[in-house]
Amino acid sequence: MISTSTPRSNETERYYNYAYLDEQTKRMIRRAILKALAIPGYQVPFGSREMPVPYGWGTGGIQLTAAIIGPDDVYKCIDQGADDTTNAVSIRQFFAKVADVATTEDTAEATIIQTRHRIPEQTLKAGQVLVFQVPQPEPLRGLEARETETRAMHAYEEYGLQYVSLYENVSAYGRIAATAGYPVMVEERYLMSPSPIPKFDNPKMDDNEAILLFGAGREKRIYAVPPHTQVRSLDFEDYPFEVQTWEESCALCGADDAYLDEVVLDDVGTKMFVCSDSHHCGQRRAEGHVGPMAGHQLAQGEAEAAL
Amino acid sequence: MNAISKVEAAPLLKVDGLSKWYGHIPGCMDVSFEMRPGEVLGIVGESGSGKTTLLNCLSGRLPPSAGRIEFDTRRFGLRDIYTLSEPDRRRMQREDWGFVHQNPRDGLRMRVSGGANVAEPLMNMGQRHYGAMRQATLDWLSRVELDTTRIDDKPRNFSGGMQQRIQVARNLIHGPKLVFMDEPTGGLDVSVQARLLDLLRELVRDLDLAVIIVTHDMAVARLMADRLLVMRRGQVVETGLTDQVLDDPQHAYTQLLVSSVLQI
Amino acid sequence: MSSPTKPLIVVEDLSKTFVLHNADSAVIPVFSKLRMEVSAGECLVLSGDSGVGKSTLMRSIYGNYSPTTGSVRVLHDGEYVDITQASPHTILDIRRRTLGYVSQFLRVIPRISTLRLVMEPLLENGVNPAEAEARAAKMLSALRLPEAHWRLPPATFSGGEQQRVNIARSFIRQYPVLLLDEPTASLDAENRAIVVDLIQEALDGGAAMIGIFHDLDVRDAVATRLFPVAEFKAAA
Repeated sequence: MISTSTPRSNETERYYNYAYLDEQTKRMIRRAILKALAIPGYQVPFGSREMPVPYGWGTGGIQLTAAIIGPDDVYKCIDQGADDTTNAVSIRQFFAKVADVATTEDTAEATIIQTRHRIPEQTLKAGQVLVFQVPQPEPLRGLEARETETRAMHAYEEYGLQYVSLYENVSAYGRIAATAGYPVMVEERYLMSPSPIPKFDNPKMDDNEAILLFGAGREKRIYAVPPHTQVRSLDFEDYPFEVQTWEESCALCGADDAYLDEVVLDDVGTKMFVCSDSHHCGQRRAEGHVGPMAGHQLAQGEAEAAL
Repeated sequence: MNAISKVEAAPLLKVDGLSKWYGHIPGCMDVSFEMRPGEVLGIVGESGSGKTTLLNCLSGRLPPSAGRIEFDTRRFGLRDIYTLSEPDRRRMQREDWGFVHQNPRDGLRMRVSGGANVAEPLMNMGQRHYGAMRQATLDWLSRVELDTTRIDDKPRNFSGGMQQRIQVARNLIHGPKLVFMDEPTGGLDVSVQARLLDLLRELVRDLDLAVIIVTHDMAVARLMADRLLVMRRGQVVETGLTDQVLDDPQHAYTQLLVSSVLQI
Repeated sequence: MSSPTKPLIVVEDLSKTFVLHNADSAVIPVFSKLRMEVSAGECLVLSGDSGVGKSTLMRSIYGNYSPTTGSVRVLHDGEYVDITQASPHTILDIRRRTLGYVSQFLRVIPRISTLRLVMEPLLENGVNPAEAEARAAKMLSALRLPEAHWRLPPATFSGGEQQRVNIARSFIRQYPVLLLDEPTASLDAENRAIVVDLIQEALDGGAAMIGIFHDLDVRDAVATRLFPVAEFKAAA
């Protein structure tokens, strides 16, 4: 269900260059992307531009999208898995306006998916590009403040330090409790931060058919995972990597293999678990799957919003 | 036997004609000496005498202007450390050396627990078994006489003397051949100082460690060092056995230095 | 061990002059052209008034003072090594295995237990801890140091007790050559007798000794020869 109602050509009243950024900047970013694809997991510095949103609202992702988008693309934007949050809606409208593209909420239909903090549940296909908004590209930064030192560590593959954070986790919680931004090794060469996606999504990056691009606007770094690249989550021999699991299934669609958000419903602590990927949940419901709280007003609201 | 091997052993460190200039100002000039495994060398002298410059050159942190520093590395044999490629040198520093700073804040990661600080060198050497590292850390904490139940406390919750013990454990756990110490007891109370020195001496003997210790405290030098280099204005003015240098100093400056020590 | 005909210590043409650079370069000559030989089973006792240079000579032989000229050759592993020329590594090795020094003061790191202090020389020479502890305990018993003291550091002991710890540390290693700098100075008669026995036992075992004793009874009991240092007094 490609939405073509809102986009209007900005040809007549062109105020900005196509896709907002000037052509020189886009070329510069494309060169950085090519380098990033050539050295999977390596952080390529780039000349991040001022964007019409503050740093931290996805300026890195927006610049990546702007550099690769064309009028034939179909664009989807999600925030924490949802298509309908303010941020996602705004960025989607932004590209509809400045890049004359069709937009969608359907994961399968999209050619470019920009995301903050999730990888869609539906398996991505060759030809799709997943653009991540990254607040902090350097996985070692929390432990080593000096940029010169972290660069040397990447250059010489000195990654013992990253295990210190996992060690701290096991010491404190008896397991590797880190849930988001869980560090990975790309092709057993570069240590990479997957951006703050839940570690539930980490395995999806391994041998993925799509192109994964990561952009950090404030930190001025681009990195990438090309299709069919090995991505391994770090762990200890005696504490292997594990993804989160839930006792519950999605209250609306009944999914028991999706990443669930906990939603508190009232002041006495009633809660429900629902799919974080709103499109995935909606699609399952359309296919007739029902969860224990199907028909709840939350689902009604979504349905109305989607209209 | 152990004692014989000490004399016969090939040098662990050979320093030849080492000089470091800061522009026209000499940091240290024409320093040469050799060290055997298991030997403790003290570098003494007052502030500004070039002790720290020399230590930094020796420990691979400051390229000298002239001269050679050869070290018997585990991976490459006897090599001039500044001719090793940077990754090789960093790796050698991680695996073969330790460095105990005067201020524990310079030698510890203050944001991670004491236990993780101690275990980090193992992770840097490729250890990936949490349980084994945890056990090694506990063993080392008790070796430096720290309460093992505090393994997960942050360094800031330890006293200065305890922080220094964590730093010592962190620099010994991976089995280095040579440990540099820059005024390791400098910032501590006298009572804490004595306990730490005692511990260091015991560890040095048990592990057959070679140590280069920089200090301006003659009492520390006497307790720790087998041999002394006395520095003044960037030059080594006297060298010899510790008790020789301290009890029968030959150079005017050393005589002054020794006679200035307060006796109690 | 060494052949009985070879002396264990040979001192030749030994001179020592102190130059005090910070006192108008004052020159203080102590002795010059001094010669001596000490063989196994001998106890050479340095004699002379205080200030004549007995301790300076002793320290020069130990390598603690650097003599101005001359040589001090010590039979170490069957070969003579000139301690005035030897490398620091060699001197330390000689002190670890051949040449012991018993001073009248106990100079050790605070806080270590007495038993541990006495074990230390053995541990340094590679004796296993259990055996070292047994031998240390035997030595301390022989010197009649109360067992209650063994687990305590000697800092608070009386002068005589400290001195016995010192003696225990030196005699436990069974050095071929021992330098004794007034080891009985603060001991009572009974304990002096025990130390004399220890010395005698070591001499019978083939040790060579050079000693300074102000106590004439002890001196006469152990000396095989007197060595008047004043004969080599340097002209001031």
